Amino acid sequence: MIRFFKRQDKAVETNNGGLLKKLGSGLQKTRDHFTSRITRLFSTDGKLDEDFFEELEEILITSDVGVAATKHLVDRLSDEARRQGISDAEALMNILQREIIDILEVPAEDLDIARHKPFVILVIGINGVGKTTNIAKMAYMWKQEGRNPLIVAADTFRAAAIEQLTMWGERINVPVIRQKAGADPSAVVFDALDAAMAREHDVVLIDTAGRMHTRTNLMEELKKVNRVISRKIPGAPHETFLVLDATTGQNAISQVRLFREGVDITGLVLAKMDGTAKGGIIIGICHEFQIPVRFIGVGEGLEDLRPFDAGEFAKALFEDFA
Amino acid sequence: MFDNLTLRLEKVFRFLKGQGKLNEQNIKEALREVRLALLEADVNYGVVKNFISRVRERALGQEVMASLTPGQQVIKIVHEELIELLGGSAVPLNLSAPSPAVIMIVGLQGSGKTTTAAKLALKLKKEKRSPYLVPADIYRPAAIKQLRILAEQAGVSFYEASTHQKPEDIVKKALDHAKTIKSDTVIVDTAGRLHIDEELMEELVRLKSILSPAEILLVADAMTGQEAVKISQEFHEKLGLTGVVLSKLDGDARGGAALSIRAVTGCPIKLVGTGEKLDDLETFHPDRMSSRILGMGDVLTVIEKAQEAINEEDAERLVKKLQDDTFTLEDFRDQLRQIKKLGSLEQILSMLPGMGMLKELKNMQVDTKELVKVEAIINSMTKEERRNPSILNASRKRRIARGSGTTVQDINRLLKGYEQARKMMKQITGTTKRKAKKGKKKRKKRAFFPF
Repeated sequence: MIRFFKRQDKAVETNNGGLLKKLGSGLQKTRDHFTSRITRLFSTDGKLDEDFFEELEEILITSDVGVAATKHLVDRLSDEARRQGISDAEALMNILQREIIDILEVPAEDLDIARHKPFVILVIGINGVGKTTNIAKMAYMWKQEGRNPLIVAADTFRAAAIEQLTMWGERINVPVIRQKAGADPSAVVFDALDAAMAREHDVVLIDTAGRMHTRTNLMEELKKVNRVISRKIPGAPHETFLVLDATTGQNAISQVRLFREGVDITGLVLAKMDGTAKGGIIIGICHEFQIPVRFIGVGEGLEDLRPFDAGEFAKALFEDFA
Repeated sequence: MFDNLTLRLEKVFRFLKGQGKLNEQNIKEALREVRLALLEADVNYGVVKNFISRVRERALGQEVMASLTPGQQVIKIVHEELIELLGGSAVPLNLSAPSPAVIMIVGLQGSGKTTTAAKLALKLKKEKRSPYLVPADIYRPAAIKQLRILAEQAGVSFYEASTHQKPEDIVKKALDHAKTIKSDTVIVDTAGRLHIDEELMEELVRLKSILSPAEILLVADAMTGQEAVKISQEFHEKLGLTGVVLSKLDGDARGGAALSIRAVTGCPIKLVGTGEKLDDLETFHPDRMSSRILGMGDVLTVIEKAQEAINEEDAERLVKKLQDDTFTLEDFRDQLRQIKKLGSLEQILSMLPGMGMLKELKNMQVDTKELVKVEAIINSMTKEERRNPSILNASRKRRIARGSGTTVQDINRLLKGYEQARKMMKQITGTTKRKAKKGKKKRKKRAFFPF
């Protein structure tokens, strides 16, 4: 336990010390790839021709930005170049950066969990994107801020999912409401919300079964969980976070699309940004759906969860260049 | 699985077929569409580039221009090049090593390693081997327990490891233990790790030297984007992979990763995970997959699945019944049971030729629950009622509805379906009666779709 607190102190330090640095290091790989290539592209001879735009397209696509968003960006850029008569690549680089920030900055209300009590967050996503881990990270973050979170294990489907969440709960000292494997998720949620109100928790995080978004009955189950929540607490869930894996390609778009048919997604959590994944997919998603990215996961530690900031994100991406 | 890709390519091909004559211009147009379709399916940029230039070269050459049906010819070229890209022919697992043969499962976090390990164990068990599941993931909370639960479900032996042991010690002990319990195949589930995590990658290298595995399989998520190539390259460089398992192909992933990984690493894709159930693991057939991608269907797999689920005698009995017109509700129920054994109907439908164009069918969603209902209704009938449904009057129907927890409407619907099925099958058997034995398999297949 003592060791545990030490780690927490360190975490707080990093929090104050260098958020940008931490984000920077987590995004290192992303940046290395994305920026260095773009930088090279923009600084080679500075001439804007057919080849230039074709290579820009290649870079964006290989960063998982997606065909539609890439086309949008490249078109915008070549239009701007022609309209403003820009011929040097560096000026265009700034425009590109601004365009990307424009796409990523989705207007949305601040995430303020003090608005409601309990503040109910439903966390959804397909198998293996890191829902459980990110729930633990969020609970840990709010716990550090002096809140009193509660975790609900409504993934009664996957083998050992409940145990995994329980272990996380013990590690971060946050209670986990659970029932037996195979129990009805809606019933688990129903009981958990009672408990949350009785014990005056201020934030409730609900872990749902990772489901392939193409499985209709599992989607129905999700809708039911959603209904049960809003019947129990009118206006809840106050946020529904879809967790996405940064290594996922264009399928992420179809995940958003299909989950949106079932529930109202209010925010995205982009997990696993510490790999070599370029995370370009969020540009594609924000471009198409205008859903704000709330958090990004930049590592395996409990404190490796960062509130998403479009400006910071783009800045980190283009740091080398600016 | 490859639906989206399929749909787009089918459109391109329709365009090509509609062109009486092909010239550089319309081939270029078609190939631009193919290129976009592949990129949207997450196929690696470089791989797409090569693929398109190869197809273009061949398409503009003699073999197309001289052909009477140039459109068809281009499709054939794309088909062949796709097969080539996917690796030619199926590559089976090589477990001929001295017993116990070791299979190491590696991959990123969340790619589906643990589930794949259990699926593989079940598959090998069905092939009369005696697999032994070993968890070497001491990092993710409850990973060991997850594998234990899955091992129980699959009914295979499991090494009871603890998170206090080092992975190296776990596999050493497990290897010894495998010999005492006379297991011939050891499947080691390793912890998920990032391909750039030096420390954990070194651990894998150490495990490899202890285990000297016959197979090192990388589990790759079919939904992976452009990263798929880099990830598989890294694992391949460090470990020398022997094959790839593509997981989560049951979503609507367009499976571009499948095309890229093989092309870049040269590692064959050996298995694909196609569902959440433990028996949803199939051998990967490049030729069939290519047909499936191009919307030509995959009838071979349907037939294989059917052969697995249906025994010959039952089928012959059924054909006889159809010919004699003594097909009763009991037989109808047997058929439904067989359908259930085949797996999900959507899965089967998606393998039939031309289904790509009928994607509206998707909303139809054959519900397996419906089948359960039908079975309950038939079970609630008396023997006489099953053999002669015409005696079912209102009062009998009410009784059956109560007995099966359904409604009279449900029963009427079932009877209608049964009547239609009977009529349909009578037609089929009527026309093929004379062809006797040869046509049997075909008839069997047709008879699966009484709805």
